[in-house]
Amino acid sequence: MSLAQETPIRTEEPQPEPPRRNGRWSGYSHLLMARMLELKREPEVVFWVFIFPLLLALGLGIAFRNKPGNAASVSIIEGAGQGFRLGKFDLVIDANRKVGVEYLYDPARPESVLAKAEIDDALQAAAGRKDSVPTTAVPSSEPGSRYIDFLIPGLLGMNLMNSGMWGIGFALVDMRQRKLLKRFVGTPMRRGDFLLALASSRLILMIIEVGLLLLFGALFFHMRVLGSIGSIALIAAIGSLTFGGVGLLTASRAQKIESVSGLINLVMMPMWIFSGVFFSYERFPAIIHPLIKALPLTALNDALRASILEGTPITHQWPRLLIMTLWGGISFVLALKWFRWT
Amino acid sequence: MTISVSELSASPTPVAMLDHMTVAIQCRDLRKTYDEKVEAVRGLNLEIQVGECFGLLGPNGAGKTTTIEILEGLLQPTSGQVSIFGHAWNENEREMREWLGISLQETRLSEKLTVRETIELFASFYREPRATDEVMEQLELTEKADSWVGKLSGGQRQRLAVATALVCNPKILFLDEPTTGLDPQSRRQLWDIIRTFQKNGGTVLLTTHYMDEAERLCDRLAIVDHGQIIAQGSPADLINRLGGHHVVEFSVSGNHDGAALPAWRALPSVESVRADEGLIALNVKQPHLTIPALLETIDQQGGILQHLTTRQASLEDVFVRLTGRHLREE
Repeated sequence: MSLAQETPIRTEEPQPEPPRRNGRWSGYSHLLMARMLELKREPEVVFWVFIFPLLLALGLGIAFRNKPGNAASVSIIEGAGQGFRLGKFDLVIDANRKVGVEYLYDPARPESVLAKAEIDDALQAAAGRKDSVPTTAVPSSEPGSRYIDFLIPGLLGMNLMNSGMWGIGFALVDMRQRKLLKRFVGTPMRRGDFLLALASSRLILMIIEVGLLLLFGALFFHMRVLGSIGSIALIAAIGSLTFGGVGLLTASRAQKIESVSGLINLVMMPMWIFSGVFFSYERFPAIIHPLIKALPLTALNDALRASILEGTPITHQWPRLLIMTLWGGISFVLALKWFRWT
Repeated sequence: MTISVSELSASPTPVAMLDHMTVAIQCRDLRKTYDEKVEAVRGLNLEIQVGECFGLLGPNGAGKTTTIEILEGLLQPTSGQVSIFGHAWNENEREMREWLGISLQETRLSEKLTVRETIELFASFYREPRATDEVMEQLELTEKADSWVGKLSGGQRQRLAVATALVCNPKILFLDEPTTGLDPQSRRQLWDIIRTFQKNGGTVLLTTHYMDEAERLCDRLAIVDHGQIIAQGSPADLINRLGGHHVVEFSVSGNHDGAALPAWRALPSVESVRADEGLIALNVKQPHLTIPALLETIDQQGGILQHLTTRQASLEDVFVRLTGRHLREE
């Protein structure tokens, strides 16, 4: 009996639906749509990717807003050493000396040093000291030089790293653990389309992440964006794909989400510390600066800051873009070589 | 530009290729060794005909899943050949995937997608899939079309897993433990779906450790143990090979344990005998000849009959006879 004879003729349906034909990109578009729907329906993702960076920017922006210089907290009360030690006061003045006054201050704390200088100046001037060189001071608190201006591009970079690593790395291992990857491989799905859909979903999220954070900075902190939207978008896209590639590599072999979580944190930890998210890496010894600058997040943060705060054209940023592209590209190639689909 | 005849005939349509085949799945001397130590499959041969429902029956850890995943082209065998409609897996994998519907053991589909979205997603990978509505109707999922997968019951999830396999209009359906952990009603529902698929000309390969499932569903089956096939044939065939269609189980008070087995074997119409969980089980051709003789013997020995039942022989008896173990150690 041949197969042709066995093929059923559906007589029970009066008007059988015409067989549909899927085009070349049908798999890709459905994978992308499914991914976006899943993300949209996951409240945690919405919070961590979109809301959390805004809260972080808001909190840090308020805590480290530029205070006027005379806001130093000084204690003249005797026995205030305790409050000084806890960081409540910047300076303790002991006026009960036989000769002059004694300043208790911490030379390692800028605000403490500043408070001592200001108080001393005021005291000496009041006692009749005359400045020998006449000076004029012009106050300037222009947007662009404040801590929040430094912070927002750093948060942007960190957020792109976080969501790239988790959004690709964690998602893939989760699918592998659920045997969903194996199930997909059991269909004629093109594996390249699958990875492309993941990368595309990252880029779509990237646009929203970057847009939200910049808009927030502009509205709440009157931040000024000097670079063009196009160059910022290009840098963010390269950064996003770079960390997508690194995420793919961390996820290439892991079978359990517990093991990939540890791995992702291990990869990200040095960059949280060194790459100048919250403070400039100039604070680290100069000898390790070349190493720090070779990290992909440093390159991304530097490129974002240069573009957003200084309006540096993209053509002057190619070494940073190259560092990112190398990290992403090499990770991607290695990941494809080692990737475990089943 | 002219197209020569040879060029045209060089790429026959899949259907034309399938038309001449009667063997759907074939494998020869299949072996799979994990980490150069664990031998999961040890020299397995199978030939499954088009239109057949074939079962791999065996206890957990017998190598059923490894075997079916090698046949599905998802696992590389250590050695041996596999062919699907005469094609090897390394020849034209993408084309071959168009013919196969697969349901793995325990795939956890995305919980935050709806039933319809999930089926549409799988449909999108195939060149000419079936209409999603039609598949949902067939698997009785229409009511749940817009529910999230996370909200489905076990039976509904399993039907959805089969729906993602059937949406591609497959020639072969691979099902790995399709009804494990399901309630009786859900199991029967799935059996009906599998039968309908087969009735429409489809070929089915399933694994199970439920003997009743194998007995009701499969045209032929292979009993797998320790990575090898220890018996193969139709369920009726296998039971026939036991010698007796009936099983007489009894227990006697007194010192009548294993040592007395030859005495029971000598009773009329008894084909084989074994001690099983405190009972003596006899495979019997004609119980009406055996039972009077059995009672007489017990009487002569001065024993007292504690328990006596007769039943139809099942695949479980075949398995116990072949391996000395039960199919499901619980």
